[in-house]
Amino acid sequence: MREMISMIVVLTVLTAFSGGLLAAIESGTKDRIENQVLKFQKAPAIQAIFPEATNDPLAERFTIKAEGIELQVFPTILSDGSKAVAFETKGTGFGGPVGLMMGINLDTDKIIEVRVTTHSETPGIGSRAKDNLEFVSQFSGLGMDTNFAIKSDNGDIDAMSGATVTSKGVSVAAAQAKEIYQKLKPEIVKQIK
Amino acid sequence: MAQSLAKEFTKGLWAEIPPFRLVLGLCPTLAVTKSVENGIGMGVATTFVLVFSNLLISLLRNVIPSKVRIACYVVIIATFVTIVELLMQAYTYELFLKLGIFIPLIVVNCIVLGRAEAFASKNGPVLSVADGLGMGIGFTLSLASLGAVRELLGNGTITIWGGTPIFEMGANFLPFQFMIEAPGAFVGLGLMLCMMNIVGKK
Repeated sequence: MREMISMIVVLTVLTAFSGGLLAAIESGTKDRIENQVLKFQKAPAIQAIFPEATNDPLAERFTIKAEGIELQVFPTILSDGSKAVAFETKGTGFGGPVGLMMGINLDTDKIIEVRVTTHSETPGIGSRAKDNLEFVSQFSGLGMDTNFAIKSDNGDIDAMSGATVTSKGVSVAAAQAKEIYQKLKPEIVKQIK
Repeated sequence: MAQSLAKEFTKGLWAEIPPFRLVLGLCPTLAVTKSVENGIGMGVATTFVLVFSNLLISLLRNVIPSKVRIACYVVIIATFVTIVELLMQAYTYELFLKLGIFIPLIVVNCIVLGRAEAFASKNGPVLSVADGLGMGIGFTLSLASLGAVRELLGNGTITIWGGTPIFEMGANFLPFQFMIEAPGAFVGLGLMLCMMNIVGKK
């Protein structure tokens, strides 16, 4: 009996202590990690999507909370004066979540460009979604009435050969972006003004 | 005391150097040694976990009931691994992206649990830290040297830190692609083991 109690006490104290320690470190590094993700994942994607931005979309980012969704939005003004936004959604690929940054022109409701951000896909296979622009470039110029599923699911997107699961993950993220955009557009427009 | 301290420290550097002599911890050894930089990063992360888990386990060795010792070790090791993961994300994000899944996998790295069970649970904190540090440095050196061989043959460069190679093969060098792919790790490790056995035998 004594032995059992000591086992329970030691394990409980140990796990409680390590849980507390980790929570403290997590909250201490949270802001830094967010900044690192912003710097190494989101910033390059946004620069690629809005090469001719006349403002700094990263500095002007804001967060929208509406319809039960929390969304980080990067607004920009293109060189022809039209307004655009970029935001990130996630789909599930082969090795975990695949982040997709989508830039949409607010005036025409058309996609400017999309880029894959965080992912853990197989190098050389699924990672082509990020490294080889051939796949993501087919999203450019598409309207919000497009069916973003891949062709084998009766959609409009050509999957990458050999990387169907990754392609599906990206298309799910794109479909989700479309849904969010349609729901939140009024809110986005309001916040930009 | 000083003598045994030095002995525990140096055994990890040659006599019991982890991947080559103990042949433990092969999963990260084979997977991340595509370049010297990855090898060093993985080695340093493992060393951190080894030193602190050895220290804590050795301090708690009389408190932990023997029937639940493995569970306690895993809790302690997993805590330090998560700390390393968070710190790497916060301070060396690019390296974190390259090592990815292999950082959380340090939890089940045989070296860390092996040293906890075989050494730290039977020895005092000072000796255990020396043991962990020696093993960790030995592991780092092994990964870095295997990484150097693979990177040199497979990519024609040697990169210690930050993306700029400190050494580059001439323009006529054709990279030996096979070496930076997974099977190259087995061949590289096998050849290095073989060489270490030849040198060690004389």
